[in-house]
Amino acid sequence: MATLKKNHIFQRLLDPFAATSGDAPEAFRYTGDWRLWGIPLLVGAIGLAMGLSGWLTDAHQFYFSYLIGWVFCLTIALGALFFALIQHLTRARWSIVVRRMAEALLWTFPLLAVLGIPVLFGLHDLYHWTHADAVAADPILAGKTPYLNVPFFLARLAIYFLAWSLVAYHLYRNSLLEDATGDPGIAARQRKVSALGLAVGAVTIAFASYDLLMSLDPHWFSTIFGVYVFSGAFMSIHALLALCAMTLQATGHLRGIVTTEHYQDLGKLTFGFVVFWAYIAFSQYMLIWYGNIPEETLWYRHRLTHGWEVHSAVLLAGHFVVPFLLLLSRAAKRSRLFLACICVWLLAMQWFDIHWLAAPVLHYEAAAIHFLDIANGLGLFGIVLAAFMYRLGRHSLVPFRAPGLDESLHFENV
Amino acid sequence: MKKLIADIKASMGVYESEPVYGLLAEFADPAALLHAAEETRKAGYRHFDVHSPFPIHGMDKAMGLGNSLVGFFTLGGGITGFALAYWLQWWTGAVAYPLNISGKPFFAIEPSIPVIFELTVLFSAFGAVAGMFALNGLPRPHNPLFYSRNFARATDDAFFLHIAASDKRFDLEETRRFLTDVGGRNIELLTEES
Repeated sequence: MATLKKNHIFQRLLDPFAATSGDAPEAFRYTGDWRLWGIPLLVGAIGLAMGLSGWLTDAHQFYFSYLIGWVFCLTIALGALFFALIQHLTRARWSIVVRRMAEALLWTFPLLAVLGIPVLFGLHDLYHWTHADAVAADPILAGKTPYLNVPFFLARLAIYFLAWSLVAYHLYRNSLLEDATGDPGIAARQRKVSALGLAVGAVTIAFASYDLLMSLDPHWFSTIFGVYVFSGAFMSIHALLALCAMTLQATGHLRGIVTTEHYQDLGKLTFGFVVFWAYIAFSQYMLIWYGNIPEETLWYRHRLTHGWEVHSAVLLAGHFVVPFLLLLSRAAKRSRLFLACICVWLLAMQWFDIHWLAAPVLHYEAAAIHFLDIANGLGLFGIVLAAFMYRLGRHSLVPFRAPGLDESLHFENV
Repeated sequence: MKKLIADIKASMGVYESEPVYGLLAEFADPAALLHAAEETRKAGYRHFDVHSPFPIHGMDKAMGLGNSLVGFFTLGGGITGFALAYWLQWWTGAVAYPLNISGKPFFAIEPSIPVIFELTVLFSAFGAVAGMFALNGLPRPHNPLFYSRNFARATDDAFFLHIAASDKRFDLEETRRFLTDVGGRNIELLTEES
């Protein structure tokens, strides 16, 4: 019975398991060269080098820019986690040919934990509630100290990453084990992991978004905030999977395996969660508008004055109205070039959304996208993408012994 | 004008021709029906339809049906609902009954969105259902196919293909031979008297 070999200990951050693509059928094997991960790595390294240089010139700005880029990558990884969990729980057949891409993205969590270290150094710059003198002078913040204090904050972050990595590890290992052994019991095991993982994931993504983003403005609160962050993350993963499949196909992989039918479904889900995002974003906005209580409206006031109103308008149009209208028709979702353009745009909008959440805290009196925002965003995304592509190429591109693969290959939208 | 109406009706599956309505053939199984539909399309027939107790995968393609146009009805319904809800709330709130409620504006877009959303969805659904009925030529209380006693089994265990006499290529002898060739059994001539 074949088993899964562990990777060399120094490489486990990139991939916990030794390469297995040699056992895969030829059609599912990665045959590309280093460029597919090398180019993102180059972009990532240059971006991150420029981004990190900002630490010397403007540390305050750097920490915010870095946090935005890092949380953006985190939402992508969380999107992949939820994608994999839900495919298993619903026993989805259509998605099997694209599932491995999401699974390869799962092992991003340990890398993100390492890349998150600079955020820890910036806690004092990022989070107002870490300032002891400010908390002492502010009864509201003083009342929140049992939750918003540095040791508990760090412990929570550690728990989130531990939980995500653990669920990710099991999903990833089981899937590769299925490739190696063809054990028919694995699908049921994946469902068990997913049932637990979904519950853990739902709670942790909500609290992680409260901690990392909402507590940037510690007076403000919104209970729907976790769902808001989830909606953007889940939208992004479908866009990214479509783009990833297109990239692989453009380099000669998965020809005739991922078809227009799969792209249409990814397009449908992207469209669906574009709408879901708008629904959640509006639910949050309307209740605060109607309640009209200063402690809640201030957060929106910061995003609707001093130039941020332009960002808000771009977000509304670019994250909802335009993609909604463009993705409405069947033809749009079945045209690769068209879908690719929208997916790139939506990923950019996801970053813009995180920027819109975080950046006004730093300088609400002057709206701007700082050079460091872009450098750090591209840098971190490039590194994450490079590790993902490298990992993807080491194993079969499709879980080739998954039950139902045949149905996925011949899947058709009725 | 008459021809235009007949063409529109034919596009809805309502084929008009008297006194001969067409030929009805029975097939053994879904695969045979699928094959027959494909052959019928290839032979150049346009006014034909198939009947089976359940949907058959790939039949749309075999029959050469394009994408359904029902989406445009849905879109039309959605736009109507959107406009109606917007107008309704503006007219009642700001024009006809301007009431000051806790200092809120008489009309504002923010609190109006839920109603706009609901009516957009509601009218989209109306549009979709109405469009589906219209495109299928429904409701249609009487269909000449009901002249065939055999045809009742279309909702039970039989698979039928029907070629209407209104088709340009329809020829009593030739079409009957064609249906036999593609595997049709119990071929029936449907006329008003039968």
